[in-house]
Amino acid sequence: MLEYISQPWPWYVAGPLIGLMIPMLFIFGNKLFGISSSLRHVCAAIAPANIPFLKYNWQAESWNLFFVAGIVLGGFVAAHWFPNPETVAIASETSSELQALGITEQSGLLPSQIFNWSSLFTLPGFFIIIVGGFLVGFGARYAGGCTSGHAIMGVSGLQRASFVAVAAFFAGGLFITHAVYPLLF
Amino acid sequence: MRNIKYLIMGTLFGVILYKSEVISWFRIQEMFRFQALHMYGVIGSAVLVGALSIYLIKKFNVKSLNGELIEIPNKIVHHGNWIGGILFGMGWALTGACPGPLYTHLGAGSSVMIVALFSALLGTWVYSYYRPKLPH
Repeated sequence: MLEYISQPWPWYVAGPLIGLMIPMLFIFGNKLFGISSSLRHVCAAIAPANIPFLKYNWQAESWNLFFVAGIVLGGFVAAHWFPNPETVAIASETSSELQALGITEQSGLLPSQIFNWSSLFTLPGFFIIIVGGFLVGFGARYAGGCTSGHAIMGVSGLQRASFVAVAAFFAGGLFITHAVYPLLF
Repeated sequence: MRNIKYLIMGTLFGVILYKSEVISWFRIQEMFRFQALHMYGVIGSAVLVGALSIYLIKKFNVKSLNGELIEIPNKIVHHGNWIGGILFGMGWALTGACPGPLYTHLGAGSSVMIVALFSALLGTWVYSYYRPKLPH
């Protein structure tokens, strides 16, 4: 049994389980599924400064902070007790294209040649980890949600804002992948 | 404590994100290169289940366990949806992670991702600061 769930989960198992998070949060607590707002709550809690957008009753949303603490715990539990195999079985074309960019080490969740502490002091590493992270936090709050809030919750609820957001997510991601990566590596 | 149930649900979500490989930078590259079904299958089937759940909740006026009627507010449409969306998508392709995966990485041991998470917090803070001056 443990060996079975130690395999990576196929999309048709994982996807529906993710979808079920929506009614689960509604039924157990009447809460909207979303993750990026946690970044705002943390900012409001630790450094609101004189910023109006950060001056609100973040304590009323503390359920979300417990939820994301749970996500950290979930990553820990899964990685330690039923980890995936070392290498993700990605498409061979993707693998070759990444190899051509110089990303030859393809084991693990993240390319080790980029995602390591010393690469933060190189231009590609700084750009990918620090600028990339900044864009995730800035962009998600500006858009009003991330993949969970827009692509899953919003699209499930047929929200126009979310269809727009998802199209924009892809525009940005495609630009980086196809126009920037060939220049960065 | 009331909030423990959210810790439990979050843990379940973190396990799913890890096991489904949605947190893999390589899977996100596959997705943006349109070279595999996996990520589309995850998101697509999540949306199908989510949409059906929302439909049923609305149709049967389902209440939460503490008796409240479940109401789903409409998301406001504004320019941030597409401007912020593009910026977010760029960050997603660079880090291979959106906020959920960033948290999962911390638990799973990808320690350098704490830098990405701090950077994301800074990004949210900077947005909050400049918000009155940005087009919406």
